[in-house]
Amino acid sequence: MAKEYETVIGLEVHVELATKTKIFCGCSTAFGGDPNTHTCPVCTGMPGSLPVLNKQVLEYAIAVGLATNCDITRYGKFDRKNYFYPDNPQNYQISQLYLPICRNGYVEIETETGTKKVGIHEIHMEEDAGKLIHDEWEDASLVDYNRSGVPLIEIVSEPDMRSAEEVNAYLDKLRLLIQYLGASDCKLQEGSMRADVNLSVREKGATEFGTRTEMKNLNSFRAITHAIEGERERQIALIEDGIGVTQETRRWDDTKGESYAMRSKEDAQDYRYFPDPDLVPIVVSDELLESIRKKQPEFRTEKMARYKEEYDIPEYDIEIITNSKRMADIFEETVALGAQPKKVSNWLMVETLRLLKEKEMDPADLRFSPEHLAKLIELTEKKEINSSVAKEVFEVMFDEDVDPQAYVEEKGLKAVNDEGALRKTIEEVIANNPQAVEDFHNGKEKAIGALVGQTMKAMKGKCDPAQVNSIIRELL
Amino acid sequence: MDLLHYTATELGEKIKAKEVSVKEATEAVLDRIGETEEQYHCYVTLDKEGALKKAEEVQKGIDDGTLTSPLAGVPVAIKDNMCTEGMLTTCSSKILGNFVPTYTSEAVKKLEAAGAVILGKTNMDEFAMGSTTETSAFGPTKNPWNTEHVPGGSSGGSAAAVAAEECYYALGSDTGGSIRQPASYCGVVGMKPTYGTVSRYGLIAYGSSLDQIGPLGKDVRDIATVLEAIAGHDSKDSTSIERKDTDFTSALIDDVKGMKIGIPRDYFAKGIDADVKDRVLAASKVLEEKGAILEEFDLPLVEYAIPTYYTIADAEASSNLERFDGVKYGFRAEDCEELHQMYKRSRSQGFGPEVKRRIMLGSFVLSSGYYDAYYLKALKVKALIKKGFDEAFSKYDMILGPCAPTTAPRLGESLSDPMKMYLGDIYTISVNLAGLPGISLPCGTDANGLPVGLQLIGNIFEEKKLIKAAYAYEQARGAFSIDSVKEAH
Repeated sequence: MAKEYETVIGLEVHVELATKTKIFCGCSTAFGGDPNTHTCPVCTGMPGSLPVLNKQVLEYAIAVGLATNCDITRYGKFDRKNYFYPDNPQNYQISQLYLPICRNGYVEIETETGTKKVGIHEIHMEEDAGKLIHDEWEDASLVDYNRSGVPLIEIVSEPDMRSAEEVNAYLDKLRLLIQYLGASDCKLQEGSMRADVNLSVREKGATEFGTRTEMKNLNSFRAITHAIEGERERQIALIEDGIGVTQETRRWDDTKGESYAMRSKEDAQDYRYFPDPDLVPIVVSDELLESIRKKQPEFRTEKMARYKEEYDIPEYDIEIITNSKRMADIFEETVALGAQPKKVSNWLMVETLRLLKEKEMDPADLRFSPEHLAKLIELTEKKEINSSVAKEVFEVMFDEDVDPQAYVEEKGLKAVNDEGALRKTIEEVIANNPQAVEDFHNGKEKAIGALVGQTMKAMKGKCDPAQVNSIIRELL
Repeated sequence: MDLLHYTATELGEKIKAKEVSVKEATEAVLDRIGETEEQYHCYVTLDKEGALKKAEEVQKGIDDGTLTSPLAGVPVAIKDNMCTEGMLTTCSSKILGNFVPTYTSEAVKKLEAAGAVILGKTNMDEFAMGSTTETSAFGPTKNPWNTEHVPGGSSGGSAAAVAAEECYYALGSDTGGSIRQPASYCGVVGMKPTYGTVSRYGLIAYGSSLDQIGPLGKDVRDIATVLEAIAGHDSKDSTSIERKDTDFTSALIDDVKGMKIGIPRDYFAKGIDADVKDRVLAASKVLEEKGAILEEFDLPLVEYAIPTYYTIADAEASSNLERFDGVKYGFRAEDCEELHQMYKRSRSQGFGPEVKRRIMLGSFVLSSGYYDAYYLKALKVKALIKKGFDEAFSKYDMILGPCAPTTAPRLGESLSDPMKMYLGDIYTISVNLAGLPGISLPCGTDANGLPVGLQLIGNIFEEKKLIKAAYAYEQARGAFSIDSVKEAH
């Protein structure tokens, strides 16, 4: 009988924090600047420059620590991790080894098999590196330090996960907590959230861990799932063949669907970590800790419970809406402006989700404002526009966040409430469609649809189909 | 009186009184440099044009009343490890031989704001690693008292330039004695303030937890005046301290009555020259005659200061100097085929032997398996050394001793025996380990006519006590310069 294996997984998750400026200097963290335009002597490693900690980074790291039930280190330090690489301008990265800011936490994840705790070993703060660009034509490498010094936190889990499903649930949990905190947008694809997977296998029932590998370059949930499955199979095959697993770092190639070894434990570098003498110890006062605790937002679980209490909307809607902080914010703010919860939820669940999917966008990037959505709902309720016009306006709002009122007026999309004009058009339609009229009289209910359609077309959509329907019935 | 003989503050007063123009003073010192620099080699970079241009600007500022600092218009020399925008900053190393910074260090900025005229950048031991200025990639500086001797180091160029009147005052940096010891060898006054008093922003780091910028000048008044100008909290330096007691010139009072001065027995035990011992003890008697109370005591752990210092300073240096890799600025070896070869060759060719020795030592004490045994242990000893000083300062206002066991050695004598050179730092380095202020001032000459330095060490933030005692001693001692000493003989 074939042996049964268990997969043991721990994650190192890097999250780019949403501060306006870098961790140790005042340079902007904004994306998209020309190379080396968001730089200064500090983040380019100029001789004599010195780092000064951005306090917002510390506050975000503590907030994430509190949200993941960690102990907050009250006397911490930054350490230098020494290694030579051109994207690292000082040739050391300022990170935390000895006294990380958060330790001993956990998050609860839900999978099909139930609820489970995943331990957080530690969370530490560090700086990101620059970007190397290899110019094949010039046989040269160029470096852009715009990302150098962008603040990161690294969340190191305990080896508590046993499947790709649990890994995805854990990542999703972290994403939601951090997005709700506003500490990062946590986009795997764009690299603001990156995960390295430490994985080993062992026979079911064994108490010792197997030899693990570390997998890098995983930038989507899909890649993570595939990499975990692939690595599990690879390790089992090695064990079954009697070769055994080598402790090493591997790089996942998602297009090929396979990984290759980057470096083994033998050539692991000695980073010569030591406390950075340019930075003073990080002392977290009671006041600071308390003020961050007070600012902690309502997280998803509590929000879902509250929605169930407060709003008469389906549970499924609640799940989808609260799965994005941005969407939940839009929902609540639109409702606060007086819109009916069910109507708001409908716009989010139907049109918003459709457009997000169509445009391959993340809900975090929704641009339309609650004010405009509330106004759009109001316009349809007052029957100033009909539903098809509303959808048309919403699409424009989705892209450009236009004011629906102004847009409708500018484009002349307002419904015609002049019943005289409407009746006149309907009379014309009836006169021009004797066949449909006859069909209707012969009991074909469907025929009325054709007449409504013709009327809507003649009115260029600016009328209420229900009203058209009733006038037609009246006239016939 | 020859314009060059003025102290910095005297010259500042003459300029303010319109008795001397900034241009005259600048030209006088540039002429002096023209005459003697070939002999002494105090400077790595001279900026005659810049200095003359600056002299004109500053004169305008003084005339229209915008520049009122006592240092306005006074020409200064800057140690070549402080960044100066647009002016070569080499750390006396080949690896930074072509490095022109894009920004100016905070201390130099403060002098510029006070209307200083920067003459150029002074020679030093490469990356401040050395005690003689002989490890400079650009050749040694000679001691103006006797050119067969070294000026001390690492701020040897700054100290020699003050002694040779090739500037009116200078900035140096002190990691283990690099201001005080060359001041002692060159017969000038030098002070290392409490760690955190002067911003390190723009100072190219050697041992970050020990480095501190300070002044070198002709007398104690100049030292107090310059320190007052460069001290101050800087938000760009996390280790910079906010202090409100930086009015150092207020301590220029000739009064040491009742001051308690501790004299560590160990500082006079073995390895010290008889002449040095004699001059320093004589100086202590002068203070005693003026009313100070002297007492001998045992300062613990003196012999551990040197290994502790070299462990910590080199560990930090090994990391601080990693950024010099040929990628972004400075020297890059030619004809490299791949990245690691470029790193290795650029660093092998760019750094001198003493710097390489310290990088290797520092890398070793930080490597895994040795970190606890060396680096962590050194930090613990550092804390104990600090504790020993705390105890001493619970009894004494200050500690008095020699600055170095000998006067300036002959050129070429020290580098052949690095252990002996390291031992020469014994009286100065514990001051850095404990973050204390220390001042060195001349207290006579030895049998060979070379100056001897008296060192006063204070508790943290107690520069004013040191300035007061040093000033009182200086008043009793009288003038001390190459010319005045020669005249006396």
